Amino acid sequence: MTTRIVELRKGILKKNDELAAGLRQRYTAAGVLVLNLVSSPGTGKTAFLELTLRELRTRGARVAALVGDLETDNDARRLAASGAPVRQINTHGICHLDADMITSHLGGWQLDELDYLFIENVGNLVCPSSYDLGEKVRVALLSVTEGEDKPLKYPTLFNSADAAVITKMDLAVPCGFDRDLALKNINEIRPGIRIFETSAKTGAGMDTWLAYLAEEREGRK
Amino acid sequence: MHELSIISSIVESVTESLAAYPGAQVIEVRLRVGALASVVEDSLQFCYQIATEDTPLAGSKLVVNVLPVVMHCEPCGQDVTLPSLQSFRCPQCGEFVADLRQGRELEIEAIEIEENHDHAHC
Ligand SMILES: Nc1nc2c(ncn2[C@@H]2O[C@H](COP(=O)(O)OP(=O)(O)OP(=O)(O)O)[C@@H](O)[C@H]2O)c(=O)[nH]1
Ligand SMILES: [Mg+2]
Repeated sequence: MTTRIVELRKGILKKNDELAAGLRQRYTAAGVLVLNLVSSPGTGKTAFLELTLRELRTRGARVAALVGDLETDNDARRLAASGAPVRQINTHGICHLDADMITSHLGGWQLDELDYLFIENVGNLVCPSSYDLGEKVRVALLSVTEGEDKPLKYPTLFNSADAAVITKMDLAVPCGFDRDLALKNINEIRPGIRIFETSAKTGAGMDTWLAYLAEEREGRK
Repeated sequence: MHELSIISSIVESVTESLAAYPGAQVIEVRLRVGALASVVEDSLQFCYQIATEDTPLAGSKLVVNVLPVVMHCEPCGQDVTLPSLQSFRCPQCGEFVADLRQGRELEIEAIEIEENHDHAHC
């Protein structure tokens, strides 16, 4: 009997990373801008997306969405009301979407006929940050009712984001939301990140957000 | 928490690598886990025993090496280690830092095995 150290240096999420790299190539080749929306449950991802899909369609953009939840197709039905093609991914207990689930739910969609593909992740502030879905833009959302220190409590998620959206701004005053503190905390964890302040109830902040989407899409050509 | 899927992936990887060492027994599995990897060592350890039962990794020890976050500071012109995850500022000059150089790793660094020479072909 002899003991031996075997160097492996193997990425534990290598399979996901490889699949995600493949997806990223497909998205780029098709010219579709893909965004991955992450937040805690109830932040308002679906409400924000409902409005985003509707506004983009009004402007003539071709959009689609995938939405992940443990169970139910409620969110897919809400999003489909915009008229956009939408598919629900039920993870049955898994706390995040992974690249394999995305791959298997894209079947039959012509990516090159889309301008934007939105992926609403499972409501969870921890796990989704480890799983690359091949997206170009990871959007972390935070509602005014959750506390301004969310970014400090969940730095792994906020640090991996490319854009941040503060939702439910219509409730900022009744909730005593400290806007400056929230902006400071987000910036402390992800310096320089673009931050959007929106309300799905009033539509506030959507113009700036839609302009950003158009810029990001231009940027990838 | 996705510790269980992480451990399944470890079991799969290590089992693959063991093919080159027939009859070998796994003593230890060493991981490198960045502080931003969203993985909690306690939960990993907690799941490990149960999730490796009935696999070639049963009874082995899990060693988790946590790597601090290293950022590149432009003004200082060097890589700096962040003392905490509460502020992404250079600990030397206080400027914001956005260029990540270490901290998201999630990998199996090495395994320690005990080889059984009955199986060695000589
Ligand atoms: N006042 C107000 N309420 C909102 C806003 N956006 C969402 N809500 C409400 O917040 C609740 C949760 O919104 P959802 O859009 O379902 O949140 P979600 O992040 O998709 O939730 P999960 O998919 O379960 O993680 C609902 O009752 C929404 O009506 C907003 O801008 N203002
Ligand atoms: Mg939702």
